[in-house]
Amino acid sequence: MTSVRGKVAIVGAAETTRLGVIPDMSAVELHAESARNAIADAGLTNADIDGVACAGQSPVAMAHYLGITPKYLDGTTVGGCSFMLHVRHAAAAIVTGMCEAVLVTHGESGRSRVGVGGWGGAGGATLQAQFESPYGPTGAPSMFPIGVLRYMKKYGLTHEQLAKVAVVQREWAKDNPRAMYRDPITVDDVLNSKLIAYPMHLLECCLVTDGGGALVVVSSDRAKDFPQKPVYVLGTGESSETPMISQMEDFTQSKAFRVSSEKAFDEAQISRDDVDHLMIYDAFAHLPIYGLEALGFVGPGEGGPFIEEGNTKPGGKLPMNTNGGGLSYTHTGMYGMFALQESVRQVRGTAPAQVAGVKISVAQGVGGMFAAAGTVILTNEEV
Amino acid sequence: MSDVPRKFAPKPSPETQPFWDGCADGELRLQRCIPCNELYFPPHPACPRCLSDDVKWETLSGRGKLHTYLINHRAAPGFEPPYAIAVVELDEGPRMMSNIVGVEQTPEALVLDMDLEVTFEKRGEVMLPLFQPAGAQS
Ligand SMILES: [Zn+2]
Repeated sequence: MTSVRGKVAIVGAAETTRLGVIPDMSAVELHAESARNAIADAGLTNADIDGVACAGQSPVAMAHYLGITPKYLDGTTVGGCSFMLHVRHAAAAIVTGMCEAVLVTHGESGRSRVGVGGWGGAGGATLQAQFESPYGPTGAPSMFPIGVLRYMKKYGLTHEQLAKVAVVQREWAKDNPRAMYRDPITVDDVLNSKLIAYPMHLLECCLVTDGGGALVVVSSDRAKDFPQKPVYVLGTGESSETPMISQMEDFTQSKAFRVSSEKAFDEAQISRDDVDHLMIYDAFAHLPIYGLEALGFVGPGEGGPFIEEGNTKPGGKLPMNTNGGGLSYTHTGMYGMFALQESVRQVRGTAPAQVAGVKISVAQGVGGMFAAAGTVILTNEEV
Repeated sequence: MSDVPRKFAPKPSPETQPFWDGCADGELRLQRCIPCNELYFPPHPACPRCLSDDVKWETLSGRGKLHTYLINHRAAPGFEPPYAIAVVELDEGPRMMSNIVGVEQTPEALVLDMDLEVTFEKRGEVMLPLFQPAGAQS
């Protein structure tokens, strides 16, 4: 069986120059600036790019905006993990000769809402509109954590353990000058912050920011010809469960996380013990807990205690969400790109809160509300 | 049953119309697959398990249990926070999102796995299924 294991590499990676509150840039330009930064990071020009992948904007629009004549387009838009899928698809495209250099872009004016379209406006007749919208949701915070109480009842997760997720990630953000929030917080601070949707408090919900990021993916055969240390794509996976969170098979676990990550670990031919660094998309504080379990780092119900015991914090044995995550670093809306960027930095050895000796990093993304998932495993060692 | 026009009103699609017709008659109706016996939600013409379109509408008991929920502290149009957005597990198996009425919207009053029964609220053109503690008067 043909595998893309190790056969492509990320040779360009960058975020928007500014991050957080950028009221003077529209969404399309956040994509484009990231793209220019990533192309420059790779030492390339737009003439060298022949594949474009993005979510939020049409790849047709981005290719035109950036003066690229593409031979490969990927507009896969499955929420915040779309970029994990873009990297995965790019690997397949490059390995099979469909194109040579794929640019993956993200940009979102999540906070300032500059140059952004309205919400879908499908009216009341979709299945979600008929069977979820009538019950008073007000965006992701009022829906995504709906399974948390079930999880608490099943496994005994405490409010303090949930709060600790946010506390630990703030410890990482402390060392990251680009993080939106860097001041240390305590479990009490979290539990005393405003209730958004019980059991979730404000500090257990992600930020809403402006920003973008982009990647350049090429064949590993030429990966050493670029200015940056190559970051090889060792394994990838993707999956989906349901667009309606009320229809999850089991509210205490993410099937999409499990299927996607199993595929990625199989492809990478590594075990969980081989992982030096981990990013789990944290739209809300329960996601790292669900993620640790779905990815097989701990057993069911063990995610909360694992974080509480300090295993994922600075100095812990499994450093996780080392940029501060969606809870403290940034969250434009589709945060998966920033998880990938941090994995690339850690593998290159250039992260603000660098973990010593990272050889293998896993980035786990979520799309929608446990609707979709994408996994990318990166390494700095040639396969 | 009160008319609350400001809240979001669902619009039946051709595939779901019989479900909403059932609600208008004060009944929860879902489709059951004849070959594989799967009872499923949301409604659509073919069984999600085996893809057979040999399915028939069936009237359910209207009873269920509070499977999970959160308490929203921000107001959707027409809603007064805090209010619970819940997932109800029907006695027959499928789960659906709903609101729980006739009970305080607090973690103390809303106990997981408590027994519930369906009730209906007029919402636009349809009767929307909600749930209340079993045995309460609608
Ligand atoms: Zn069937």
